[in-house]
Amino acid sequence: MKIYVLLSAFFVSLPLWGKPTITVGSKPFTEGYILSEIIAETIEDVGEADVQRRMGLGATGIIFESLKGGQIDIYSEYTGTISEAILKNPKLKSISDIRKALNPLGLSISESLGFNDTYALAVRRDFSNSQNLKIMSDLKKFPGIRAGFTHEFLKRSDGFDSMVKHYGLVFNNYSGMEHSLAYQSLDENKIDLVEVYSTDAKIAKYNLTLLRDDKDFFPQYLAVMIYRKDLLTKYPKTAMALEDLEDRLSEEKMVELNAKVELENWSFEKTARYFLNKDQTKKSGFLSMFLRRTKEHLALVFLSLLLAIVLGVPFGILASRNRSLAQIVLILSGLLQTIPSLALLCFLIPLFGIGFLPAIVALFLYALLPIVRNTYLGITAIDLRLLESAQTLGLSPWDRLRRIEIPLASPSILSGIKLSAVITVGTATLAAFIGAGGYGAIIVTGLALNDTKLILQGAIPSAALALLVHGLFELADHFLIPNGIKG
Amino acid sequence: MIQIKNVSKNYGNRTVLQPVSLRFAQGKTHVLLGSSGSGKSTLLRLLCGLTEATTGQITIEGKEVSPQVQLQMASQIGYVIQEGGLFPHLTARQNVSLAAQTQGWSSTKINDRVNELTVLVRLDESLLKRFPRQLSGGQRQRIALMRALMLNPPVILLDEPLGALDPIVRSELQLELLSIFNQVRPTVVLVTHDVNEGAVFGHTLSLFHDGFLVQHGDFQSFVKNPASEFVTRFIKAQIPSSEILDMV
Repeated sequence: MKIYVLLSAFFVSLPLWGKPTITVGSKPFTEGYILSEIIAETIEDVGEADVQRRMGLGATGIIFESLKGGQIDIYSEYTGTISEAILKNPKLKSISDIRKALNPLGLSISESLGFNDTYALAVRRDFSNSQNLKIMSDLKKFPGIRAGFTHEFLKRSDGFDSMVKHYGLVFNNYSGMEHSLAYQSLDENKIDLVEVYSTDAKIAKYNLTLLRDDKDFFPQYLAVMIYRKDLLTKYPKTAMALEDLEDRLSEEKMVELNAKVELENWSFEKTARYFLNKDQTKKSGFLSMFLRRTKEHLALVFLSLLLAIVLGVPFGILASRNRSLAQIVLILSGLLQTIPSLALLCFLIPLFGIGFLPAIVALFLYALLPIVRNTYLGITAIDLRLLESAQTLGLSPWDRLRRIEIPLASPSILSGIKLSAVITVGTATLAAFIGAGGYGAIIVTGLALNDTKLILQGAIPSAALALLVHGLFELADHFLIPNGIKG
Repeated sequence: MIQIKNVSKNYGNRTVLQPVSLRFAQGKTHVLLGSSGSGKSTLLRLLCGLTEATTGQITIEGKEVSPQVQLQMASQIGYVIQEGGLFPHLTARQNVSLAAQTQGWSSTKINDRVNELTVLVRLDESLLKRFPRQLSGGQRQRIALMRALMLNPPVILLDEPLGALDPIVRSELQLELLSIFNQVRPTVVLVTHDVNEGAVFGHTLSLFHDGFLVQHGDFQSFVKNPASEFVTRFIKAQIPSSEILDMV
């Protein structure tokens, strides 16, 4: 009975009717969150469709598969990433070439949003002004400039060496250093030139000027919107509004937006509304966000665990009745356990898409083994003479199971459920990578912002929940294990 | 009446009970005697339908006993094993009531019957709310006996019921069992390796050795007309010699 109520509550919560829904995805890093939030707000303002947000989706593979499968309709991506990582064809450079290549997949991309997120060289603004250093070709006049490059940039085949060759530059005074150290050294006037990512929030923090790549050396990672083609035909007004976003974001603007989030702790929503010149006071407070994540996390844990109990205990009982079935069940559920959780989540995307459902399925599969195993072990450990006594008392197989076997196996079954519950609470944080929310979403955002405080706001409740669940089951032991066999 | 016709039992190609035919008269106590592995316990398990006979047929009151009909026959047969086989998660009262509950008895009827049995086996009523692990060995066997008698079955089967008890409790319970059997008058089949117990209880005794029935009759006939050297050896081995009795 309970299960029906929960399952129907779950399906009712899916937006199956009413206004059509456009699902906006994002990758799990600051810029991805901001751009997708801007897209989401824009769609909402048109009003043709409701927006479902699936923010912070795993890696490029996960989010692109979701787009292809129709679980999301749109997200922001970079041209270089599309040609290299997705289409695996580095020769595709121009937006129109990429668009052609995406066409057979039913996908398309917008024009550039206006900025290129790639490597760039930067100097302090005052240095740029006083030395009149604005473009990379001018570096030829500064062979002795004090420069700091990351080790990666110095080593890459398309990095330092080819840059020097491309522009015909000479650097007599450079060293390799960590990114953060390079910024700091620049700020302390120990060096004058660093290599940066062109939209890094620290460019705003340290008041830097990017040197224009006047000979087009650095690869093009133009930010674009990638979407399902039917989006344009189904929602013409929305399509027009999205088109208006093209070429609106310069590198400076993106740096500013990134800085709002990373340096001033603005929310993604507030930052997006700031960019769109909308009222920024409407913001979701920490408490309501936290409550929503808690609800999501509890729903993930509760439903998957319930499913694992409802199916796992009978499976365990069946296994105890049939030795060869037992071998199959135990080996299968053991195998499942060896699949890394993130990999399992990815395998499930083609079958169940992204979001709540595949997360429930994955968590259920993980929770299954301890329950099946402990049920099987608990029942097979019962003294045969007790079962024969039950038989000679005239108890039917069902009565024997209900009155004798399950109560006697209950300590073992319950400890399996307890173990599964604690594992599920922890593993559920990974579900955020496929858009299922929960505490994991807070952690993923925290990781994207490199914000330890935020990471802990997700990690501590998750750990506390694990302890709470453990405690609750200790309590359940007290009530569910018959007095006569309590330890 | 229990009728055993040409019954044998093999496990794989190992024969644990050679073909045997016996008749146990109603209201009498029949003892299956022998050392461990003699086949006596196997015969008892066959009698309550826990295992299937390789050959032959067993009938109780004319009805055939087999694992297929075990459940239907269960209310006709009470079964007590060594150390009771009580369910550790149920109280003594719950253990005793279980069979009646599954038969759908009313709770008043169950309580009346439990009270009756408490008097019969001379159990302190306060012990009924205890769990098996909170009871002594002798108390557990009384509860097990109550459980077996609950549905008032015409046949009681006991497998070494006193085997795990210390000698004093054991001789006490022996006498009580005898008096209970005399009051209730069921057909009793009792398995033991103890000759004294056999002599105390058995209207008839059947001695088994290596799966074969060696001798069947009353205790008198075992002493006076032993069927073989083995019968004499088996009996003498367990009766204290007169020298030891003199020392006491």
